[in-house]
Amino acid sequence: MQPFKTHTGVAAPLDRVNVDTDAIIPKQFLRKIEKAGFGRHLFHEWRYSDYEGTKENPDFVLNQGPFRKATVLLARDNFGCGSSREHAPWALADFGFKVIIAPSFADIFYNNCVKNGILLARLKSQEVDEIFAFAAKNEGGAVSADLPSQTVTAGGRVYKFPMDAFNKECLLKGLDAIGWTMQFKDNISDYENKMKSERPWISRV
Amino acid sequence: MGQTMFDKIWQDHLVRESQGDTSLIYIDLHLVHEVTSPQAFAALRENKRAVRCPGKTVATMDHNVSTRTKDISQVEMTSRTQMEALSKNAKDFGIKLYDFADKDQGIVHVIGPEQGLTLPGMTIVCGDSHTATHGAFGSLAFGIGTSEVEHVLATQTLQQNKPKTMLINIDGKLGQGVVSKDIILYIIGLIGTAGGTGYVIEYAGSAIRELSMEARMTMCNMSIEAGARAGMIAPDETTFNYINGRDFAPKGADWPKAVSYWKALASDKDAAFDKVINIKAEHIKPMVTWGTSPGQVTSVDGVVPDPESMKDPVERAAARNALVYMDLKPGTKMTDIKIDKVFIGSCTNGRIEDLRAAAQIVLGRRVAPGVEAMVVPGSGRVRLQAQKEGLDKIFTDAGLEWRFAGCSMCLGMNDDQLKKGERCASCSNRNFEGRQGPGGRTHLMSPQMAALAALEGKITDIRIPRPTP
Repeated sequence: MQPFKTHTGVAAPLDRVNVDTDAIIPKQFLRKIEKAGFGRHLFHEWRYSDYEGTKENPDFVLNQGPFRKATVLLARDNFGCGSSREHAPWALADFGFKVIIAPSFADIFYNNCVKNGILLARLKSQEVDEIFAFAAKNEGGAVSADLPSQTVTAGGRVYKFPMDAFNKECLLKGLDAIGWTMQFKDNISDYENKMKSERPWISRV
Repeated sequence: MGQTMFDKIWQDHLVRESQGDTSLIYIDLHLVHEVTSPQAFAALRENKRAVRCPGKTVATMDHNVSTRTKDISQVEMTSRTQMEALSKNAKDFGIKLYDFADKDQGIVHVIGPEQGLTLPGMTIVCGDSHTATHGAFGSLAFGIGTSEVEHVLATQTLQQNKPKTMLINIDGKLGQGVVSKDIILYIIGLIGTAGGTGYVIEYAGSAIRELSMEARMTMCNMSIEAGARAGMIAPDETTFNYINGRDFAPKGADWPKAVSYWKALASDKDAAFDKVINIKAEHIKPMVTWGTSPGQVTSVDGVVPDPESMKDPVERAAARNALVYMDLKPGTKMTDIKIDKVFIGSCTNGRIEDLRAAAQIVLGRRVAPGVEAMVVPGSGRVRLQAQKEGLDKIFTDAGLEWRFAGCSMCLGMNDDQLKKGERCASCSNRNFEGRQGPGGRTHLMSPQMAALAALEGKITDIRIPRPTP
């Protein structure tokens, strides 16, 4: 995983609540067995006016001027709800998104983004409103995110976002989560041995 | 201070406590399907890692299997590639697989419980958000992404932040025609689709104790639609009776030992929850969604709401978008909405009890002209059981299609899809835009009301007396 420290880029406003992972990457594109190439189908139903994805819908934000190159996504409440498909963060990352700012994210989606080096900045609704207003006034204006200080900067204003210590370390170091857990393999074996006597009915397949 | 059921299960699965807010917890059962696992197995191979506990890992094919045929050569190429990849991965890594042709194949959240793999007090994960289903047994069960699937395969553990706990008490007697699907839709309407974010919900109260295991599974299944990480219900005699004798259930001397452990799981009387909600069962009516989010829901005797009357600007905008997509006008009675298709099935409502309830509605009647209705059993066993009881005949005599098991039109990954503009009465779990097919429109409801909608050609109140056949 690529480490994440800071990022500055064009912020695209996606002004809808409850954007679900079916909308981020529709099911017809989940049949691949690789992780690459999902960006082309990101927000497929909104981004294209035909099923095949050959005609762009000019009304959709990512088809407009500077937002084609957006790397920061401004979103509303409950972004990433629904299906646990990690194809959603794969598609967002493949399109080029590095940072997503919203008042709230769905739990599974949040974890999936951390695993893919995408920074999710959870700000207060009013703060997100301000950044939406900034993006509307300064089309293609840059928004920055800095992980060490846990801040987002837009239009000269600085906003602080929460992040738990472990996720922060994972993102900053681009940590291999499995490698991290493997250092505790003795703890895992100890636990398994204890369970064999305490709960012997588990594991009968 | 007492402990909640969640606290007890969490405590019993800690391999290593908190690094910051994050703990390492042990996973007792890992369920795997063809869509969210191929990249995880590929990464294991790339990093020369093995599956730590093949005996705690069970795979099935469900999301993109055909419900028309068991002949894999008839299946669309990319779906087939995914199914073949799972066959190879299960073989190479020594994992038990219920493949598309297996008589016990089915939706991952249907076969776990019916095989007795799902047990109280377990931690259960799957690369699927509806894993919450298994919480109906008093287990901690939740959906994970593919990176976490890989992590569990390699280590049998997960790094997890401890969620908060919410208790939802539903006391009293459910009204006539009101079933567990209505309870969970009512709850989602009440707390919102993000109301449960960051929480594990425990459902309790006298109305919950009365529910069968199937009905409890329907409720826990849709906890994710309220944003919750998991839903759970304390195990009781109903639970133990359901489990006893199933293939992988504890046997012999293990059975009493297991039951005594399970009985101690219930939340202590003085346990503190981060949030408590009390609901009177009598307030719940049969529910139907009108929008494109499960929270956009009303009672069947209600009307499509007017977005302009909504105070919150964000909610208003969402409702406006939803009504355009759903092609509905504010003030329309829900029971005046005509439907084109009916889907009975899914991990929410594709179990034997759901099919019995739907069959009872359609017995001796006919599907309305112009309506296409399909019944997709949740598993091969559900299908077989239904056939033994003659339910398949009741459905086909009434003009409904009888299919093989799979996820089918709940998410339309196979060829069971709505066409653009078609309107569906569905007992599945999500009414998102395009969920059941690009441009398709979904109204979520109970299997009973979906069956009734098939007969009437429109959304219909189950409480109104019907002619006896």
